[in-house]
Amino acid sequence: MIVSHEWLKQFVPHTHSAQDVGEALSRHCVTLDNIESLGTHLAPFVVAQVVEAGRHPNSDHLWVTKVDDGTGTLLDVVCGAPNVVAGHKYPFARTGTVMPGGLKIEKRKIRGETSNGMLCSARELGLGEEHNGILTLTTDVPPGTPLLEVIQRADARLDLDVLPNRPDLLSHLGVAREVSAITGVPLQAVPPELTAAPSTLPVKMGDDMVQGEHAAVTVADTTACPRYVAVVIKGVTVGPSPEWLQQRLDGIGARSISNVVDATNYVLHGFGQPVHAFDLGKLNGRAIVVRATREGERIVTLDGAERPLAAGTVCICDAAAPVALAGVMGGLHSEVTAETTDVLLEVAVFEPRFVRAVRKAVGLTTDASYRFERGIDAGNTLDIAKHAAALITQVAGGEVVELLDVGRAPARRAPVTLRPSRLARLLGVAVPVDEIVRRLESLGCQVTPEGEALSVQAPTWRHDLLLEVDLIEEVARLVGFDALPDELRPFRPGSAPDHPLHLASRRVRDVLVGAGFAETRPMPFTATGSEHSPRVRNPLAEDEPFLRASVIDTLARRAEYNLSRMQGNLRLFEIGNVFLPRPGRLPREEMHVGALLQGARRPAHFTEPNPPAFDAWDAKELAERLTAAAFPGQSVRLETADGGAGWRIVVEGLGTVGAVAPVVLDKPVWAAEAWGVEVTLGELASDDVAAPRTNAHAPADRESAAGRAVRYVPLPTTPAAEIDLALVVPDATPAAAVETAMRTAGGELLEQVQLFDEFRGAGIPAGSRSLAWRLTWRHPERTLRDKEIEGRRARLLDHLDKELGIRPRAS
Amino acid sequence: MLPNPIPLVILSDYLAQADTLVQECRALLDGLDPATRLDVAKGQLNALKDDRLAALQGALRALPAEDRRAAGTAFNTLKTAIQDALDAFTSRQAAAAGTAAFDGTMPARRAWRGSLHPVTLVIDEICEIFRELGFTIALGPEAETEWYNFGALNFPPDHPAMELHDTLYLGEDTLLRTHTSPVQVRTLQRFAPPVRVLAPGQVYRRDFFDATHAPAFMQLEGLAVDEGVSFVDLKATLAEFARRFYGSSRRVRFGPSYFPFVEPGAQMDVEVDLGDGKGLRWVEILGCGMVHPNVIEAAGVDSEKYTGWAFGMGPARIAMSRYGVNDIRILYDSDVRFLEQFAR
Repeated sequence: MIVSHEWLKQFVPHTHSAQDVGEALSRHCVTLDNIESLGTHLAPFVVAQVVEAGRHPNSDHLWVTKVDDGTGTLLDVVCGAPNVVAGHKYPFARTGTVMPGGLKIEKRKIRGETSNGMLCSARELGLGEEHNGILTLTTDVPPGTPLLEVIQRADARLDLDVLPNRPDLLSHLGVAREVSAITGVPLQAVPPELTAAPSTLPVKMGDDMVQGEHAAVTVADTTACPRYVAVVIKGVTVGPSPEWLQQRLDGIGARSISNVVDATNYVLHGFGQPVHAFDLGKLNGRAIVVRATREGERIVTLDGAERPLAAGTVCICDAAAPVALAGVMGGLHSEVTAETTDVLLEVAVFEPRFVRAVRKAVGLTTDASYRFERGIDAGNTLDIAKHAAALITQVAGGEVVELLDVGRAPARRAPVTLRPSRLARLLGVAVPVDEIVRRLESLGCQVTPEGEALSVQAPTWRHDLLLEVDLIEEVARLVGFDALPDELRPFRPGSAPDHPLHLASRRVRDVLVGAGFAETRPMPFTATGSEHSPRVRNPLAEDEPFLRASVIDTLARRAEYNLSRMQGNLRLFEIGNVFLPRPGRLPREEMHVGALLQGARRPAHFTEPNPPAFDAWDAKELAERLTAAAFPGQSVRLETADGGAGWRIVVEGLGTVGAVAPVVLDKPVWAAEAWGVEVTLGELASDDVAAPRTNAHAPADRESAAGRAVRYVPLPTTPAAEIDLALVVPDATPAAAVETAMRTAGGELLEQVQLFDEFRGAGIPAGSRSLAWRLTWRHPERTLRDKEIEGRRARLLDHLDKELGIRPRAS
Repeated sequence: MLPNPIPLVILSDYLAQADTLVQECRALLDGLDPATRLDVAKGQLNALKDDRLAALQGALRALPAEDRRAAGTAFNTLKTAIQDALDAFTSRQAAAAGTAAFDGTMPARRAWRGSLHPVTLVIDEICEIFRELGFTIALGPEAETEWYNFGALNFPPDHPAMELHDTLYLGEDTLLRTHTSPVQVRTLQRFAPPVRVLAPGQVYRRDFFDATHAPAFMQLEGLAVDEGVSFVDLKATLAEFARRFYGSSRRVRFGPSYFPFVEPGAQMDVEVDLGDGKGLRWVEILGCGMVHPNVIEAAGVDSEKYTGWAFGMGPARIAMSRYGVNDIRILYDSDVRFLEQFAR
């Protein structure tokens, strides 16, 4: 909402600066986004009188004039305007003045004649498009008077961020009410600049139609249009608006069109009531019919666009055809033009949802539709109609000859009860009852005591004051949030423990950061998906409409982004949600952690100029570490994936929770192989917690560390015995099977089995490898004798031979 | 023939010879330049000691039996002393060599350093401060129903307020949440008051991805509901947060605002320096307000008995101003050269 400070002062004649008013509004009512000073560019100009004007000796279109600019010396000024007349006054730029366009006026010779300054046109001053001649000033002020005293364009434009709950602030009157409530300066409901007296003619009224002498109004749909006031004005002279009215529109950045149209815009922005002027002579049957459109009807709107109308759209029609889109825009055919003499002025109330439907159907938002959709003040229609009509006669002449009023103002809403005790409880401080009453009354509420409580009747322009709490807010903001104490008070701790997925993600995150990984936060959209994949129905960019099922997919795209920027050493991770298809309304949503590793295992160092690249074994280790962190105290197993490199990550009691696999990338030749680890941390339940307006309150356990506590094993007091075993193991026999067999045959004193070498080549049959293990035995109470170790070794080899056909490597 | 006569040796002579040899060996080694190669030094030492040491060893047998024990000890002490002198030389040598060959200015062997995303750093700091003020962390799904996202939050059906949230829809009445506020309702339905939670999470808007907008971004919601919770609690807690986050000298102010799910609705501004050379200025940090009674009732809680306050803020915006990021897209690109700047 753009507010002109000068216009605002017509409604509330305060003496504060625009900055102060904006600040006060920000503190108590509505945020001031911006403030712009207007007219400051006119400050250097003065009023000057042309004393003599004669033809330029060397030109057939230039004039040589003598100008009195109030300094006492007549200046020679060359002028090219055809309308320069001796004795008249004009805006004058002295030498040294910088024009709005940036040009600096200097003393110079024009075809041999000296010119000391410039007489200005409206366009040169940024006051409009007029450039056929210089701007003639009708004024008695002496030459040398600052131009701003004659053309009062000094103003400030306040840009207020009016939110949808406060449509009453979409007018100068509405903002003025707030300024009045905040400052205590009384409101002037009718600005003094509206000098014409409202008509006192009797009003012709009807429930859904009224036939007057000069026009007729029928409202077929009183739901969509509960009120329609038509004022007939005859004998207007359409022409330019007077200076003061142009100034008002200039103050809010609106263009002046003609006196009649400008008057309607004054009412819109001044009072918040959209009004429309029809050329009465162009209305078929001099009739207005508010009705639903019929099949095939169309309208050409004021903007020149021809718009077909779906049957059933609420429209303003004359006896034959649509003439305006209800609450949105008038029609071109019945537009007020220079030839118009008789006007039918529409001042109506349209219900928000119907205007929204029309606006959406035609795809056109206007100042009028914006206000109707949010709800205008329906309590003052007839008065505003009278003021609007008076304003037209004030600026365009003519006479109000008839007032037609169909429908009625809405019934007042039931009053709202406000308990001062509740207010004190909610705000944390008590406000004296008389102050509560005063604050509410300053907003136009009617307040009646009702025992301990107050009965509050909200004004007709406040659609948002429906509940007690709404009134509490009004009192609070007028008292001022900043006036409430800043005082930390005792509180009770909450009953909700940390969400377990938050804790899991924290643990996993710490592992990854410690392992040198960089956290990413990309978006979960992806280009590919199946017909069952959850997808956005109305994506802005059609290239990635699907929601991902895997975090590694996202990280792969991020890896490619880095590779394309020559970054090949990547350790990326993300903890984010994935969306899996499932029957029911919402997808299954899971929190996953994904990590992608590619390139050097360590930064290069002078001791190791070319560190090895990450491989499958790094990925496997990371997966084990991550999963252990995600599911503390639970045993984690990596199972070889079927038919490919990689592993399934299995957690005891949970099953498969993730996978380790090479990541397929669109990568340059220099880039190393990438590996990915992805683990499901858990599901984010999205079923309704409970039915609307009910709860499912129950205590919840905080995730406990007790269950995952490590049991302390006493430290050994006896030495261990170690032997190394190199075995020839066929490729078809997994190392894990050998280890299992070793543990079976090794006896209970076998403490550790550690694979430490793999060798293929000389001396090893093709299709086999040599694997070397270090086995550690320990007796808890005594040192094992060599013979005992030798016996165990022999039994173990015997078992391996029998069970797996595996023998030691010949040395 | 008689065997070669073994010259008789007197113990005192023996000990004196041993002592002399030690002195001479020490003198030789201590006198050497530490830059002398070890084999050269040993050569000189051997030339000095080998024959005499062998003679002393041989002489042990020539000593009277009662003196042999003392002489043997002296002989062993002699050998140890010579070895010690040699060790002293080599360590002198090493020390001298070390100062020349060990360049301590060369870089350490480094490991990769991990990093948290700048938005996470901001979220963490905010969460830590609210933890100090008694909040726990709540999470909710990003794919939501219209009821949790709008209906339960007092958005009237077909109200223009809905147009503030340009929504990404998944189905007829399902969507990607436009704010973290659905977590308020889920939490109030699940946990009995007192409730004091913080809900960080990703939210979605139907915005083009440009320098200042992203269709998915992080938001952080807070909710406190209990008997007697008031606007003063809201104000004091959030102002305390602001002072802990921005510094205790920062000025804080509250002005009116509007969100359908709070009443009164407010915003908190903090006077901050955005580091753009323009000095201190008021910046809106968060929206807040007293939880609307309709929201409390929607969650099946008695709004007459329980009151509460809530707030929501955008950690990405804070991260951008704090770290000087002027294009939001770099937060999503995941360029390692950007991310590694936040390594710890």
